[in-house]
Amino acid sequence: MQRLIPFVTALAFASPAISAEIWVTNEKDDTVSVIDIATLEVIRTIETGERPRGITFSKDFSKVYICASDSDTVQVMDPVTGNILHELPSGEDPEQFVLHPNDRHLYIANEDDAVTTVVDTETRSVIAQINVGIEPEGMAVSPDGKIAITTSETTNMAHWIDTETRELFANTLVDSRPRHAEFTAGGSELWVSSEIGGTISVFDTASQAEKGKISFKVKGVHPDRVQPVGFEFTDDEKTAFVALGPSNHVAAVNAETLEVEDYILVGRRVWHMAFSPDKSLLFTTNGVSGDVTVIDVAKREAIKSIKVGRFPWGAALRP
Amino acid sequence: MKPFVVVLIAIVAREARRFVGQRSRFIAALIRPLLWLVVFAAGFRAALGLSITPPYETYTTYETYIVPGLCGMILLFNGMQSSLSLVYDREMGSMRLLLTSPLPRWWLLFCRLLASTSISILQVYTFLGITALYGIRFEAAGYLSVLPALLIAGLMLGALGLALSSFIKQLENFAGVMNFVIFPMFFLSSALYPLWKMAESSELLHDICAANPFTHAVELIRFALYGQFNMSALLWTCGAALILLAIALWGYDPARGMIRRKG
Repeated sequence: MQRLIPFVTALAFASPAISAEIWVTNEKDDTVSVIDIATLEVIRTIETGERPRGITFSKDFSKVYICASDSDTVQVMDPVTGNILHELPSGEDPEQFVLHPNDRHLYIANEDDAVTTVVDTETRSVIAQINVGIEPEGMAVSPDGKIAITTSETTNMAHWIDTETRELFANTLVDSRPRHAEFTAGGSELWVSSEIGGTISVFDTASQAEKGKISFKVKGVHPDRVQPVGFEFTDDEKTAFVALGPSNHVAAVNAETLEVEDYILVGRRVWHMAFSPDKSLLFTTNGVSGDVTVIDVAKREAIKSIKVGRFPWGAALRP
Repeated sequence: MKPFVVVLIAIVAREARRFVGQRSRFIAALIRPLLWLVVFAAGFRAALGLSITPPYETYTTYETYIVPGLCGMILLFNGMQSSLSLVYDREMGSMRLLLTSPLPRWWLLFCRLLASTSISILQVYTFLGITALYGIRFEAAGYLSVLPALLIAGLMLGALGLALSSFIKQLENFAGVMNFVIFPMFFLSSALYPLWKMAESSELLHDICAANPFTHAVELIRFALYGQFNMSALLWTCGAALILLAIALWGYDPARGMIRRKG
């Protein structure tokens, strides 16, 4: 019995094992829903500023940045306690942002101001504002951190920003209403989705030349409703999963041939997505149906839809 | 015990022979659900997905949703087909010959029921094989766990056919059975649309659907295909099977039922 006491005491005070989580921003509820990947259930709901959309974690996952669009701020939250640590000056109506690989500079698209704001998360100050096209939205940074991309919804362009000089060095036309941009992990390609155009344009990073375009066609769905938005690559970069908005489907695209291989039925108006740590599961945010669909990546099948708050939008992994 | 087994084997073998001899019937029985799947379901909001109701955990296409209902359709129509052939047997006299066996009447009828249900199950599995080729697949365990559900649902619908056959005096009356039994049973069930969808248009229709034993047979099959168990569907289906079997036994009782009426 004597020997048991320290053991039991240690157990009682040990912190519970934390499994990986998916954090989802709920636009209409002003909250974040936290989904436990092991149980596929919502385990926490945390209040945020108004209309949370973009969400990303710091490199060490000690902080989570949330774009509170209608509060005109980026909130910095402690993911353990759920408390807002402080807010960052973000410019007006921040929608999407991206954290530079230096883990310090946030590149924020300010939809109403037609600028990209660069914020130093340590000094909590704006260090640059770069004029871009009208209604900037999609943001990406190359893996080497040298190039930042802003897509502007109305100008229909991808703006290439030199992160050292913080000036535009190229602008490339894409199809109507570009909303999301991602570099491949090697950084050799930039993909930009165009919501109204219904396409993804693929650019060669070195030359900024367009090298391909992906179109989508969902059986039984009017082409106007096939609106590509968020997308993510698998680790081997052979497949990209693309959210197709109000078509309620996610497309699996062969990233080498740029051919669509599968369409997976998810909830209504799918926006963005995040992978589990081993990339075996993909979590898509379905705005209108207010849930998150879990996709088995290997089988390319939806396995469950989890109710979250109203109008879920952004998603981020906390391993 | 041996005579019971002999009779069982004899009746099943007779049904099997009849089945082999009527390959066109087998194909026709498959064409019906396949038309529903390929034409009706494909053209009918196939891409939109239905709201989530158990056993589904996520959105499902309409084509996927109606597969269990179409399995039920095969069992239902086969139950009726078997009822038709019972009426035919009765008119030809072979039924009378069968019922003169010294074994209990309930056993003879049950053997007949089991034989026709086995044929139906074979057709359902063929249908599920074709749907798998069409792209609608279930987990391997689902194909196994659906077997008892198909057996119970098949026995219940076969018992319905048996009960009806005891009241149909002539082969010509069978069209009436189609109009008044099969179609209402099929359309007023969860085979083609979930019950919540019915409730949206009419609470009364929803209640009728919820009381329809065919709904529960379909739900039993649906849950089993996804490796899940639905207790209330099982109780409803078994209860309906027992009641219908009792009616059939009563109908085939020479002192009271159809035999006396037929003179």
